[in-house]
Amino acid sequence: MTSELTVNDHVPIQLRTEALEDLLVERGLIDRAVMDNFIKTYEQDVGPLNGAKVVAKAWTDPEYRERLLDNGTTAVAELGFKGPQGEHIVVVQNSADVHNVVVCTLCSCYPWPLLGLPPAWYKDPAYRSRVVKEPRQVLSEMGLDVPESKEIKVWDSSSEVRFFVLPERPAGTDGLSEEELVPLITRDAMVGVAVVGSP
Amino acid sequence: MTAMAQLDVDGEAAPPRSNGELVFAEPWESRAFGLCMTLYEAGLFTWDEFRDELIAAISTWEDDAQPGDCYSYYRCWLTALERVVVAKEILTEDALEHRAEELAARPAGYDHGHEHGHDHDHDHDHDH
Repeated sequence: MTSELTVNDHVPIQLRTEALEDLLVERGLIDRAVMDNFIKTYEQDVGPLNGAKVVAKAWTDPEYRERLLDNGTTAVAELGFKGPQGEHIVVVQNSADVHNVVVCTLCSCYPWPLLGLPPAWYKDPAYRSRVVKEPRQVLSEMGLDVPESKEIKVWDSSSEVRFFVLPERPAGTDGLSEEELVPLITRDAMVGVAVVGSP
Repeated sequence: MTAMAQLDVDGEAAPPRSNGELVFAEPWESRAFGLCMTLYEAGLFTWDEFRDELIAAISTWEDDAQPGDCYSYYRCWLTALERVVVAKEILTEDALEHRAEELAARPAGYDHGHEHGHDHDHDHDHDH
């Protein structure tokens, strides 16, 4: 159903966008607050969407959670996610007592079928060497203060084994469906440098 | 199915990404993206209706491009969104054209003083 419409081709594109937005807001079809929220969600969470689906399923389906912790590779393959090189995916679970964080000290091995390509900091030599020696300090610098009462476990990924963190389900999400949980789950939480916040 | 799950991950209709995340080169691109997703989630058009227009806009650009023309995915995206909005009779082509002309006619340096008092041009200037 393509038409020949070429609206205002001579008008700068940002003004065409502004015109469209203004008119839709005036007609009550767009709420700017809702839209801003959409943009933020997409920018942050679409990349590691596969991993987020795995986490949301594990949070809502106890049997899946068991299979995932037992054999990450086959459990994520159930959802259609696997890498061409057949790396093993090992899922480590955060709890009230333990916080897990993942690194690759040798290079930048990463569970990319679940999380996309690694972010720049994951490949940074400073992160790779320091998170092993002083994880609490590094996490704090990255904005995550892990309570002293919690043990921090650092997992070193390799070409054979890719670790993946199953974050704790945040408070206040009991009524949310699997699909509604997905947008809450960030890449950083699945690497272990952040936790999943309440909605 | 949510709008998020509808986005193409590869192929010509897939948005540009970095480290798997969406990237917007300029603020208007994220506005164009957000408008589309919000309208889609509100049920004003189907994803296929939009995607067909997007693919058509991309292929029109490819057919018309001159050597040296710089490809802009979100320019095609906005064109597709305008077409869907007009085709579904959400807005008229005249209204869109008229408003854009009005905005273009503002004096230089005009500070986008919407009566909404919404400073949206500055809220989305992300670094990527």
